[in-house]
Amino acid sequence: MKIVVDWNRCTGLGICESLAPGVFEVDDAGDLVLLSETVSDDDLEGVRQAIEGCPTEALRLEP
Amino acid sequence: MSARRFVVVGASLAGLRAVEAARKSGFDGPITLIGAEPHLPYDRPPLSKAVLDGTDLPAFRGEEVLRDELGAELVLGTAATALDTAARTVRAGKREFGYDALVIATGAGARTLPGTEGLRGVHTLRTRDDAQAVRRALDAGARTVVVGAGFIGSEVASAARKRGLDVTIVEALPTPLVRAVGQTMGAACAALHARAGTDLRCGVGVAAVEGEGTVERVRLTDGTMLAADLVVAGIGAVPATGWLAGSGLPLDDGVVCDETLFTGAPGVYAAGDVARWHNPMFGRHMRLEHWTSAAEQGAVAARNALDPEAAKPYSTVPYFWSDWYGSRIQFVGVPATDEVRVVDGQPGGDHFVALYREGDRLAGALTLNGQTQIMKYRGLIMRGATWTEGLEFTGRRRAAAMERVRARP
Ligand SMILES: Cc1cc2nc3c(=O)[nH]c(=O)nc-3n(C[C@H](O)[C@H](O)[C@H](O)COP(=O)(O)OP(=O)(O)OC[C@H]3O[C@@H](n4cnc5c(N)ncnc54)[C@H](O)[C@@H]3O)c2cc1C
Ligand code: SF4
Repeated sequence: MKIVVDWNRCTGLGICESLAPGVFEVDDAGDLVLLSETVSDDDLEGVRQAIEGCPTEALRLEP
Repeated sequence: MSARRFVVVGASLAGLRAVEAARKSGFDGPITLIGAEPHLPYDRPPLSKAVLDGTDLPAFRGEEVLRDELGAELVLGTAATALDTAARTVRAGKREFGYDALVIATGAGARTLPGTEGLRGVHTLRTRDDAQAVRRALDAGARTVVVGAGFIGSEVASAARKRGLDVTIVEALPTPLVRAVGQTMGAACAALHARAGTDLRCGVGVAAVEGEGTVERVRLTDGTMLAADLVVAGIGAVPATGWLAGSGLPLDDGVVCDETLFTGAPGVYAAGDVARWHNPMFGRHMRLEHWTSAAEQGAVAARNALDPEAAKPYSTVPYFWSDWYGSRIQFVGVPATDEVRVVDGQPGGDHFVALYREGDRLAGALTLNGQTQIMKYRGLIMRGATWTEGLEFTGRRRAAAMERVRARP
């Protein structure tokens, strides 16, 4: 599975980071950085939660 | 999956997310979405922010998406009036809806000022219609009195000041936001009002709202008269459980649920502002009025209702934000009172970070304009960080920031 970020929607709030810190990080400029594009099985649940928690619906998973 | 008919009552954030999660999880039976408002589901946080500044608010999803893509029957403009958990039916308007799985997502309604019914110019702010009425009054240059210095009231004051209008906030308690962020930090947030030219009066109540047909003034308990063309009551919200009286569901400031959002009645789950559920993260019951948890609970409640055998708990570190005078306030966790320590910036300034301790645990964090930091604390709290770990994290961040400054040529 691969994470796709809609950069036009993402506001860098970082709810995703709090749910899956191994995958998402908001840098000091307030921009989202993807630490890895492909999702390991360990991270999958957190990433799913991040997709649901993202207030701008900026995240999705692709096979 | 055993459930055949899925009914969702309340067509807002939690209700919509419930419908979407049901389909995402592969449920292909009939879905009915019942909502009291005539509108398609829309987002509420902008109502006291961008909408007051003049932005129009689109619905979350178009009608075609809800009907055709999600295959939901929409029953809008119709309030549910009764639930029969034995017969498994919901009554709404003249119809009875049978369900195998039900999600209650009726949210909360704004508390109104007693004695102001029928007086023009007095509003609460909960719905799209409310927001439009308040916006029209602001457009007309209303002298504004906000009752209650909570988040929504403060955002209304902020919108009024942005237009250069005179605004007074009347707050009955000596310090605003004590329940939300604690004593010291409530005062720190309140300081933003004075800086923006809003007249905040604490520790004084409203004796009467007066006028002939239309509001003309607000009389305070200390005798002060405030001239007003617009009065907005921001005095809290009450969970919308009136229609559940007689249903036998456990009601106590919301629908009481276990950690899986289960109400105890077969097939019935609750989500969003209406739900008081057991949050395993803090080992206590909570009812939140926050966007993030309403969205997440909608999805969890739907999946659990449709497959109760595999029901999963909903565990979260509460999170909300509020925008005042161009500054963003964010809070994660619970406003514990054992200790509150400002670890970055200072109250009264443009930026600060405060941490909340409960026993030896990091329990909460509040930031003003700390967008790049707040979620890092949420992550720490989620992973059960101790107070010391929270402080160490702050120390490391500060050291790294100093390092960067020093490294600059
Ligand atoms: C002005 C405003 C600003 C906000 N700002 C923020 C913010 O900045 N940050 C934040 O985190 N949160 C904010 N919130 C809170 C957030 O919007 C709510 O937590 C969220 O809307 C809750 O969603 P919900 O679906 O549970 O309930 P609601 O959005 O309250 O929706 C419940 C729906 O159910 C309907 N209903 C009620 N009774 C019945 C019935 N008997 N039958 C059928 N339908 C019924 C209602 O009409 C309503 O449409 C704000 C809320 C408001 C009002
Ligand atoms: S939660 Fe959504 S908007 Fe926020 S940083 Fe993550 S992807 Fe971007």
